[in-house]
Parts: sequence; structure tokens; C-alpha cells
Amino acid sequence: MNDKPAILELKNVNKSFGPIDVLHDISLRVRAGEVLCLLGDNGAGKSTLIKTLAGVHKPTSGQILMDGQPVAFTGPSDAQGRGIATVHQFGGTFPLMSIGRSFFVGVEPTKGWGPFKIYDRKRANEIAVKAVRDFGITRIDDGDRLVGGLSGGERQSLAIARAVHFGARVLILDEPTAALGVKQASHVLRIVNEAKKRGLAVVFITHQVMHGMAVGDHFAVLIRGAIAADFRKGEKSREEITDLMAGGETMADLEAQVEGYMETHEGHPPSPKVLEAPAAH
Amino acid sequence: MMDAIKSLLRRPEAGSILSLVGVVLFFVLFGGANLATLVGAASWVNFAANLGIVAIPVGLLMIAGELDISIGALIPAGSMTTAILSGYYGLPTTVGIAGALMVGVTVGLVNGLLTIRTSVPSLIITLATLVAMQGVVLSASVLLTGNASVALTAPDWAKFLFGQLIGGSHQVIIVWWIAFAAVTGFVLHKTRYGNWLFAMGGDKVSARNAGIPTDRMTIALFVLSAVSATFVGICQAILFNSAQVSGGMNFIFNAIVSVVVGGVLLTGGFGSVVGIFVGTITFAIVSQGIYFTQIDRNWSNLIIGVMLLLAVLMNQSFRDLALYFRPRRKQGLPREPANP
Repeated sequence: MNDKPAILELKNVNKSFGPIDVLHDISLRVRAGEVLCLLGDNGAGKSTLIKTLAGVHKPTSGQILMDGQPVAFTGPSDAQGRGIATVHQFGGTFPLMSIGRSFFVGVEPTKGWGPFKIYDRKRANEIAVKAVRDFGITRIDDGDRLVGGLSGGERQSLAIARAVHFGARVLILDEPTAALGVKQASHVLRIVNEAKKRGLAVVFITHQVMHGMAVGDHFAVLIRGAIAADFRKGEKSREEITDLMAGGETMADLEAQVEGYMETHEGHPPSPKVLEAPAAH
Repeated sequence: MMDAIKSLLRRPEAGSILSLVGVVLFFVLFGGANLATLVGAASWVNFAANLGIVAIPVGLLMIAGELDISIGALIPAGSMTTAILSGYYGLPTTVGIAGALMVGVTVGLVNGLLTIRTSVPSLIITLATLVAMQGVVLSASVLLTGNASVALTAPDWAKFLFGQLIGGSHQVIIVWWIAFAAVTGFVLHKTRYGNWLFAMGGDKVSARNAGIPTDRMTIALFVLSAVSATFVGICQAILFNSAQVSGGMNFIFNAIVSVVVGGVLLTGGFGSVVGIFVGTITFAIVSQGIYFTQIDRNWSNLIIGVMLLLAVLMNQSFRDLALYFRPRRKQGLPREPANP
């Protein structure tokens, strides 16, 4: 499907904090123009994995490769410098700053000379608004608006547009749709697709299987710090993935149980109490 | 006109301007104050200038998410250092001033370094340096001079620069205050460094990840506020020809009230120098302008308390206005409600 070499690759990465092993033998690769969907329940080690990818943690053992070359990130800024951008759940973290100002935090465009070098508000706003609109968010038209007044989806979009504008090649999206409503989430998913089209490698972390299936090319399910399944788009159904994430056949069991009850009880679904005490049947 | 008012309301200083108007109206309507006398009076302007030079850096620190209360001890530290060096030991006034500023730089560095190196909140760190500096100033003064109050005779140039009474009533520190406000206002709102301060107050970790030298900025801010406090001390010593170890503690709360009335968010990330400036004037008029009314002076603290609450409430709603503001569409479509 995609024979390009991986931009970012993990090879047998382990991470432990003191005596606690958090990641076991993780091997992953993500290519340009591909969305790697990282699924996992809470506590599965997703955030440790993200932080390892983003240079916050160093792997205890194993290798990180970029474009086939082994790299060792000295810190998050090093990883950023190499083109790895992380966008967190709430997107823009400066709610009381204007769109233009927060877009350019740390790299403000200036005009003028010497001590009178002033922040170029007009240019910052223009670039920021254009960058977001290019991603299809046309509701943003004034760079002076405060980030906190944007909807959750718009904020995510702004953060993604920012990362892309500043030359990210790998985009790590940490639960970008978790706190959003259905419509907002679909905005964000559209933007993930747009980023993919532009040739970025996207690591999309979520526990919402539907969102993952909407954009993912490649899936990895993380359970207790290890990759429990690694498959391509279309190889598994939603139910299978949900079951995997839940750590086995729990959901299928539950459904079978409900169906069994309905068969023996003239089609009535069981009351929750019955399900809580399956031994009674 | 309506648009101008609406866009003013979305600015951080909106609450302070309304507070100022409200207080002056209250004094004129209910206190029987003469507006012209009130505006022309030197007492509140002098008060505001002394307070304002400290309030601005305290406000900048608050915008960046930190607090500095050690200024309370640094004002007497500044005036005592100048008076001991140049008055008691008779060294040149330049040495006294330089010494006082060095005290400020040192304490500021200590505050800043402790804040970035430890996880202790800067309120506690500067509370510690506040108390510690009080001890240092008192014991050094008693040890060196055997007295808690030292006289100082400043030469004409120093009087002219730091201790002059313009028109016989207005302290020259007013000029310093306005110049300081202009420079810091320019830096905060027009340069990239200002943007860094807002980002630091919004989210320090993200700011650092975005490549902002948060540690250096924090240290610089603490040094600025400590030096500003000693500067006020120097001016007072030169103006009054003497220095005392006490005094200065009032500045802590007065500065914080001025800054908060001025629309700076206590948790950082929002505010303006104009707001701090107007907030300081408002505070000064309440505490000094009350002498020009028939209201008993003892009520002024009540007014300040009420005003503080009202101003913070106003600032909160103005901040929401700013947050949810969406500009009018260019094609002349109907305006959307400001607060959906």
C-alpha cells in the first residue's frame, strides 16, 4: 500500500520507571501520508508512548529511528526541531491570547529595527488566519480573537495548522477528539485527513474506535504497555477492535449473554441486575 | 462611538477605567469634592507615583504567573542603603545609589533563582525574602550606625533627579513613573518579549516548549521588581533627607490591589500596563482623595475593599466579553451576539 520508508520508527522500545515497566518491546512505524492509529484504554501506556515519541522520555532500551537513522532526542525541543509536533487534547493552551499571538508564540514576526523592533501584529494575524483557513476552518477570520473563545474543534485545528505551518513532518495527536461533540470531532477528523493528504505522518491516539477507523490507515492496539494487535485498515471490524481494547472478549461475552437471555425470555432484554450476577443463569 | 466603547470594554483595562470614573463620581456627588481641586492636588499623584513604580513590575510578574511581595522590605532597604553609605559613611551619592540598586539586583536574583530551581510558589519564596530582608536591614542599620534612622544630605544633582518637588508640590518621581510605564507598556504590548510574558502566564510548560527562555525571563522580572522597589527607596531617602528601617509594608497590598483593579488576572496570562497605571491612580484617589471630601478618612479602606470586589467582578465579565467576541462580518451581515 505504501512502500515509502518510515519517517518515524520505534524498534523494540522498552521504557521503565524504576522497577515499573511501562512499555514492553514496542515496535511501530509511521510513513509520510499515513495515519497510524494508536488505540488503547486508559492506563494502557499511551501517554508514556507519546512522551517517548516526543522526546520527553528516553527509552530504557530499544531504538528510535527517523528516516531510517537512529536518533536520540535530548528533549522535547530537540524532537520538535526534527519535525515532531505534539498537539494535546485541548489544543491551544493560551486561552487568553489572540489567535495571531498564540500562533507565533516564541517565533513572533517583528518589524522595525534595534530596540524598536516591534511585534508585527498584522502579519502574524494574516498568516495565522490563512494557515487555519487553508485547513478548511473558514469560521476563523480575525486573528485578534482570543483562543479561549474558539470551540474545542477550532482550537485543535488551530494547533494542528500551527504545527504544520512550522514544518512538522510527524504530527502526534493526543486524544484530539476526546472532549468534543460529534460535529466538532468530525471537523478535527477532516483536518487529520487534510494533514495526511499533505504528506504528514500522523500518530493519532484515541480510545474512540469510530474516530480511529474514520482516518486510520494502520492500527496498533496497546494493552498494558505492549502492542496487542497491529493491523491495516479493513483487516478488523469495529467490534473486534473494541474487544481487543477492552482486553479480550469481554464485549462479545456481554452481547452473547444478552442474546442468550433474550432467547429464553421471549425477547425481553435483561435488567442490569441480571447481568451483574451471571452465575444465576 | 458605540463601537469604540465596545472595543474598550474588551480590553484588560476596562474595569480599572470604570472604577476610576466611579470613584471620582462618588467623591464629587456624595463627598462634595471639588473636581478641579481633586485633579489638581499633588498628594494622590505623589502617592500614585511611588506606588506605581512598584505596581508595574508586580503586575508584569503577575501576568507571567508569579508574585513578588518582597518589595515591602526592599523599599526601606533601598533608602537605608543609600542613607548609610552616603549619609553615615559620607561616600559619594553615586556609591549610595549604586549600592542600593545592587541590593535590589541581589534580592531579585535570589527570588528568581529560587523560583525557577524549586517548586515552591513565588508567594512563599518572596514572603521568606521579605521577612529575611527586614531582619537584615534592621540589624545592619543598628550594627553599623547604632540607629534605626539615618540622615542623608544629597547633592543638588541627586535632588534634581530623584528628590525634586516640581512646582513645590509634585515629586519628580512622577516623571520617572510615567516614563517607566511608557517603556514597560511598549515592551509588554509591542515587542515579542511581551508576548512571551503572556504565554508564560498562560501555560509555563507550553511556553518553554515553544522555545521561550522562561527561566531567564522569570529572573529578569524578579530583578526588575526588586530594583524598582529599591529605586523608590532611593528617591524617598533623597527627598526626605533621611531613611527609616520601617515602612514599605503597605506597598505590598497596595500594589497588589492596584494591579488587580487594573485588570491583571491573578493567575496570569492577561493584563495591561495601562490597566495597572489606571488601577494605581484609582487606588491613590481613594486613599488620598478622600481628604478632599466630607467623608471621614476612616471609610477609605471600606471603599477600597468594595471597589476591589467590584473591579474584579467587572474584569471577569469584560474578560468573557473579550473571549467570546466575534467581529462583525465584512459583507455587512447582521452582527452575531457577542456572547452566544
